[in-house]
Amino acid sequence: MTATTAEHHDHHDDHHHAPHGLKRWLFSTNHKDIGTLYLWFSFAMFLIGGLLALVIRAELMYPGMQVVDPEFFNQMTTVHGLVMVFGAIMPAFVGLANWMIPLMIGAPDMALPRMNNWSFWILPFAFTILISSVLMSAFGEGNPSAPNFGWTFYAPLSTTYGPASTDLFILSVHMMGISSIMGAINVVVTVFNLRAPGMTMMKMPLFVWTWLITAFLLVAVMPVLAGAVTMMLTDRHFGTSFFSAAGGGDPVLFQHIFWFFGHPEVYIMILPSFGVVSSIIPVFARKQLFGYASMVYATASIALLSFVVWAHHMFTVGMPLAGTLFFMYMTMLISVPTGVKVFNWMATMWRGSMTFELPMKWAIAFVILFTCGGLSGLMLAITPVDFQYHDTYFVVAHFHYVLVSGAVFSIMAAAYYWLPKWSGVMPNKILGELHFWSSLLSVNLLFFPMHFVGLAGMPRRYADYALQFADYNFWISIGAFWFGVSQLIFLVVAILCAMKKGEKAPANPWDAPEEDLEWTVPSPAPFHTFDTPPVIK
Amino acid sequence: MQSTLFRRVSAALSLLMFSGFAVASDWAERSDHNLRQGVTQVSQEVYDLHMIILWIVSAIGLAVFGLIMYSVFAHRRSKRPKAADFHEHVLLEVVWTIIPFFILIAMAIPATRVLINLDDTSASELTVKVTGYRWKWSYEYLSYKDDNDVGVFFFSNLKTPADQFNTPALEGGLFPYGTAAENYGKESPEKDYNYMLEADKALVVPSGVKVRFLVTADDVIHSFYVPDFGFKKDAIPGFVNEIWTNIPEGQEGTYYGQCAELCGKNHAFMPIEVKVVTQDEFATWLADEKEKAASGPDLTPFASLDDAMKLGEQKYAASCALCHGANGEGGIGPTFVGSEMATQAEHREDHIHVLVNGRNAMPSFKAQLTPKDIAAVITYERNAWGNNTGDLIQPADVAK
Ligand code: HEM
Ligand SMILES: [Cu+2]
Ligand SMILES: [Cu+2]
Repeated sequence: MTATTAEHHDHHDDHHHAPHGLKRWLFSTNHKDIGTLYLWFSFAMFLIGGLLALVIRAELMYPGMQVVDPEFFNQMTTVHGLVMVFGAIMPAFVGLANWMIPLMIGAPDMALPRMNNWSFWILPFAFTILISSVLMSAFGEGNPSAPNFGWTFYAPLSTTYGPASTDLFILSVHMMGISSIMGAINVVVTVFNLRAPGMTMMKMPLFVWTWLITAFLLVAVMPVLAGAVTMMLTDRHFGTSFFSAAGGGDPVLFQHIFWFFGHPEVYIMILPSFGVVSSIIPVFARKQLFGYASMVYATASIALLSFVVWAHHMFTVGMPLAGTLFFMYMTMLISVPTGVKVFNWMATMWRGSMTFELPMKWAIAFVILFTCGGLSGLMLAITPVDFQYHDTYFVVAHFHYVLVSGAVFSIMAAAYYWLPKWSGVMPNKILGELHFWSSLLSVNLLFFPMHFVGLAGMPRRYADYALQFADYNFWISIGAFWFGVSQLIFLVVAILCAMKKGEKAPANPWDAPEEDLEWTVPSPAPFHTFDTPPVIK
Repeated sequence: MQSTLFRRVSAALSLLMFSGFAVASDWAERSDHNLRQGVTQVSQEVYDLHMIILWIVSAIGLAVFGLIMYSVFAHRRSKRPKAADFHEHVLLEVVWTIIPFFILIAMAIPATRVLINLDDTSASELTVKVTGYRWKWSYEYLSYKDDNDVGVFFFSNLKTPADQFNTPALEGGLFPYGTAAENYGKESPEKDYNYMLEADKALVVPSGVKVRFLVTADDVIHSFYVPDFGFKKDAIPGFVNEIWTNIPEGQEGTYYGQCAELCGKNHAFMPIEVKVVTQDEFATWLADEKEKAASGPDLTPFASLDDAMKLGEQKYAASCALCHGANGEGGIGPTFVGSEMATQAEHREDHIHVLVNGRNAMPSFKAQLTPKDIAAVITYERNAWGNNTGDLIQPADVAK
């Protein structure tokens, strides 16, 4: 490390002396390398999580138990959820933050580079621990159960009744939490301290703004999650009864704590998406972002409101009427700033001069499909009807619209948008088009019919179902396999870019306006950028 | 709550919307696309709320989608080489913040009304305590009209036999059970339409009476969910939740529900079956059940080992096989095949004790099985699968 920094001072051409081989990645303190690690890691997790989901869909293709045991089925739903939330989506955004925030604010690196290294390298260990429990369950002697209580791990199912691997789960969640908190602190410190001279807060790109707000959410709620799993741990092994009614505790307390983390968590997974899309749409519409200031305020108010809506996940636990009403009104309210965002994107496109390169295609698909998810969220907010929707496939449809065709689509948009800068070559257009259209069609075949089976009353986390749900489940599974295969196309696109195979990318391939600093450096971005800060007019 | 005109319009519109998918009467009876209308006033109100909000969000969604698509076609570079130059419009921004706000208020008012009504469990005439277990329900009738000591209690298990759902992959072609449309209207047991939904003993409630359910659980959280009554309430160990329903006269029939909170392995296998009967029929049924409860357990000894084995096999399949395996091979619970517990004479008392009182994750079956059933199951476990101990346990052995 010291070598790198020393060289950095007395050489002009730094990347000449950049470290090579394994050491480059293991000991990296460079925001670009760490960003790359995060992005590859999250893509690997995306594929693993997807594999687990395909086990679920294979089982649910037909009524009856054909492929796995209901016990293993529950392990699949649980680990799928955990891997996708903590392994795929969150690290992908941290990867984007690492790569792009310094480039966007004209900083030489993240503010805390060694912590940056640590926060990444915790993750592979955390997920090895978690996934090892699945491997043991699938192949181990006596098939000891992996975590099987859903990604929401409600007590007492996860405490008194949790399998032995629950302790592995607790440890890995702690590690993920530490990693996220450090990542978030790094973003906050970087944004507050390393902006180029002249870049006032209200000149920052929206991606930086949304990530800054996300980072505050992370710092606020990850410790709550850590608290929840620690209480589980002591309930399981040290005789406490936080969540056990038999010992004077309260299983519902668990849900309050979990969702106090959990609801802000869902915004942690979507606010950076808002930033990505707000960066992309103006470039391809050749028109300034509509309502910059209101975008910032809307993001901030969504973040604040997200702390007072948690119990909308718990309408059926039997809260007092006044509490139920409060959470219903607050949840309805949160759709107002969400609507503002969507309207602003529409107005940005309006009377622009649009072209539809791959990043723009994903961004427009994001706006439309995320809106679908937001609208079903509004339906879920109507409490008396939520009594019917809750814990059915309708909820599954809702959150997959916001998380897959929302968060994941925005990550794809970001990847296609910035890959030229990261790799120096343009992503393959033909494969990219195929990936986009194939994902767009399959994601809807996969998740839209879930609304129907949910409304008709199919509960979620069911290994088997009544015949009236059969036809849609068949098509949902077809959509799932199709979507899964489509993502392999992106694997090829990414590998081609990493191998520098393809059309060479100019510094500013999308004709972005010159205020977007990331496009002022060459492609691929050199190992060190903005050693001397740019001056912002 | 809404006017009939509203109801008619929304029904017509929804029919239109889903007519591509289903035959109208089919959809109305047991929808597989839209929310079920259900049979109670509350479920109807909930359905109406659902339809209003569905139309509102569909309209917003279509407007957003339409405008974006229009923009995509009309505002592309080939049509407009130069982008307009605006990036703010205060009035517009205020308008699109305020209008959704008023739509929300318009939604919140009827929603609040339904919610307040649902919360009011007073003036009920029948009270039933519902308890969730891994993986079955029990129903205890506490009071009916003037009778505050009904004392009828029973368990309700999944009726569908395991061989109906254990179907190896792809056996029977692409649609091994036929499509839902082909199966509509065919009733079980011949045709499996209610596969996974039927219970061995239904919860029986009278029509035209406000019924209050006290919902709780014995182990983990479950959720008591009957879509046709428009409710779902979590069953939480150590806590009692209340919910009510009132099925109008003329709507007698069988309704199904399922557990709606993940509760472990057989979460999908603990259905709720509710039989709604007239008040007269209910009175007769209740009297019968009370009489059965009053006569005390049947302690007549088994005449032969075979008799005990026959009953034991049935009871084992219904109550034990989910955890200990259909052939005693184990699963969540330990195996019995050749195990010390099931074969050695000194463990005989302990074997009975565990079944009666439970141990660790193993629940107590004292309330669920009669002494005769317990004796039969123990006999079965000690003689089946090559255990052949020859032990014959009699009901009297268990009763002490
Ligand atoms: C207009 C904004 C939104 C509203 C009003 C809303 C409302 C709701 C409600 C009421 C539920 C609980 C449903 C139930 O369990 O009965 C829910 C579930 C959920 N929502 Fe949203 N939501 C919105 C946006 C989002 C966004 C942006 C995300 C994530 C990116 C999200 C992710 C989720 C997830 C993951 C769940 C289910 C969690 C689980 O039970 O496993 N929602 N939403
Ligand atoms: Cu939420
Ligand atoms: Cu359950």
